[in-house]
Amino acid sequence: MGAGEEAIGGRRLTKVVIVKDVWKSYGKVEVVKGVSFDVEEGTTTIIFGPSGAGKSTLLRCINMLHQPERGTVFLRDIDLMKAGDKINYYRSKFGMVFQHFNLFNHMTVLENVMIGPRVVKKIPGDQAKRIALEALEKVRMKDWCNHYPSQLSGGQKQRVGIARALAMDPEVILFDEPTSALDPELIGEVLQTMLDLAKEKKTMICVTHEMGFARAVASEMIFMDEGTVVERGSPEHFFTNPVNERTKKFLSRLTELYGHHESRSEVADEK
Amino acid sequence: MVCVVQSIHNDWKGPLLPSLLDVLSSQFTFIIEGLPITLSLTAYGLGLGFLIGLPLAILRVYGGRGGRQFVAAYERVMRSVPPLVLIFLFYFGIQTTVFEIPGFLAVTLALGLCSSGYQSQIFRGALESIGSGQMDAARSLGMSKLQAIRLVMAPQALRFALPSWANELATMIKDTSLAFVVGVAELMRRADYVRAATFDPVIPFLVVASIYFLIVFPITRIAGTWGREKKRLVAGV
Amino acid sequence: MIDYLGILLEGLLVTFELSFMALGIGVILGLAAALARTYDHGPVSYLANAYIELIRGTPLTVQLFIIYFGLPSLGLLFSPTFSAIVTLGINSGAYQAEYFRGAIESIGGGQMEAALSVGMSRPQAIARIILPQALRLALPSWSNEAAYLPKYSSVAFLVTVPELLAKAKVVIAENLKPLEVYLVVGLIYLVTIASLSKILDVVYERYKFTVE
Repeated sequence: MGAGEEAIGGRRLTKVVIVKDVWKSYGKVEVVKGVSFDVEEGTTTIIFGPSGAGKSTLLRCINMLHQPERGTVFLRDIDLMKAGDKINYYRSKFGMVFQHFNLFNHMTVLENVMIGPRVVKKIPGDQAKRIALEALEKVRMKDWCNHYPSQLSGGQKQRVGIARALAMDPEVILFDEPTSALDPELIGEVLQTMLDLAKEKKTMICVTHEMGFARAVASEMIFMDEGTVVERGSPEHFFTNPVNERTKKFLSRLTELYGHHESRSEVADEK
Repeated sequence: MVCVVQSIHNDWKGPLLPSLLDVLSSQFTFIIEGLPITLSLTAYGLGLGFLIGLPLAILRVYGGRGGRQFVAAYERVMRSVPPLVLIFLFYFGIQTTVFEIPGFLAVTLALGLCSSGYQSQIFRGALESIGSGQMDAARSLGMSKLQAIRLVMAPQALRFALPSWANELATMIKDTSLAFVVGVAELMRRADYVRAATFDPVIPFLVVASIYFLIVFPITRIAGTWGREKKRLVAGV
Repeated sequence: MIDYLGILLEGLLVTFELSFMALGIGVILGLAAALARTYDHGPVSYLANAYIELIRGTPLTVQLFIIYFGLPSLGLLFSPTFSAIVTLGINSGAYQAEYFRGAIESIGGGQMEAALSVGMSRPQAIARIILPQALRLALPSWSNEAAYLPKYSSVAFLVTVPELLAKAKVVIAENLKPLEVYLVVGLIYLVTIASLSKILDVVYERYKFTVE
């Protein structure tokens, strides 16, 4: 058995990502302070918490866009801090979806989704195109493949962003507040796409405050504040009886502001 | 004197009474023959500035502390030294030490270096405007920094830099007028020659001013339109 | 090298004279043009625009020669230095006009409305409310133009003004070391402009806090 696997009662659980005591600072400010957790294959992990809590930074440490000062991240049994020049290769095993979409503005939708497979995985053009079209089909954006990002709505852009990540056939998909920059009526289409992915048992780590979504698909939820993990557990745990004071305060504030959350993703479920 | 100029260029058999229009047209013909030289000076100078400026901008944005400081200093120097000084430096400096340098080359080097300082700034601004999110997205797909720069950042930066770059083009066209101090037969030199030949102190320069204006003005107008359009686009994103 | 530094510094003084005077003229012309462009909607604005576009659309050298050779033919006999100052001033004014106009337009109609509603006349509003704010806003980019004026002044050499570059030529005629002398001259310009920038930055920093 590899480092990422353990047997529990005959059922093998594979840990795809292990975050081990990660510390990250910007200059003198410590943003992530000793965070550890693991992610099992086929599950959705939700990270939530107040802004400035270090969640985005943590996510970027997982795929090594930022290098932690201390600690490490394992992708299955590979220590990413020790990857050296293979780091780009391993990074391509993660998909990432950004709050501000970050689509390549000078390329069409199709080119955006194709470029990863073509340039990074060195897949020949025709095949890459097929893969891209498949991914776009999945997010229901295939008809827009010759449009430019500037011609799309926010929700459409984000779905293309998801397709771009999917085209690389990643082991894990990282979502950094994928719906926070969207107008309310556009959030549903993106959440629906994410729900579909969760149903297909893709391994996902999401930073979000969409609690309805979390309730529907999360197998684990992690509450972060001020750079540390304050509390973690199943969704039931959080929504019925959270332990920590800070957690309780944050959750109650959230439901105050976003009370209509649940209704929105329930509607999405019905689709 | 005017008759001499006329007969050279108009094949007239004998001295004719020059009307103002004839004076202007012959002067104009002579002067405008300098236009190709002005334009090629512009092209070479701008090209050199680009070849140096773009890599420097990339170095400054992505190259870490040493790169940042070096490029910052370089930009400073190239923007502070007057182009005339650089022209003389290359022309007379090299002539007496290394080899006989043609004026055209000296001017190209001088203006090219000056421009590289400004172009470095322009592209740096463009790269920074595009934002780190694009770089993050490219790298999250597994691209190396170099790939990301080549495929994602630079193409967008070039488009973004276009209005400012167009201004730099206009500036370069005007700066080529300095080439006349080292004998390059571009627009300005020819205008001065006509002045010396005709003792006409002003009209040649008015003529050459019009020529410059007719070239430069459309460029700055287009640059302005692009700039306003860009502002609109950026705000909309 | 030390021996000719003195001669060069004499030239530097003339450079300063050129720059300072040109800057002054430029401020007046630039401000006037900017105000005309923003607040006038008739021929004056058109004239100001023509001034700005014509000056910015032609090389400084051409402008210099037109004035240097042109003034005498109008019967006005002035020193080369005077011609240079006039040209540099007119030239600088056109560029400064754009900085000022940007700043004035940024201050915005809201301020004008407020001033008028209190009962001020338009000129009063401009002088007391808009301009003070606009000038402070324009200070950084204006400082840029101001600091670089010595660099532009080097063209005055072409019309026999005894400024820095001209003195350099004199020195070289003597010691026949163009490479060395031009490098030194370049350095002098660099230091001069850097110092001016720094001084203006410091002034801006201190002045900034008195604004609010």
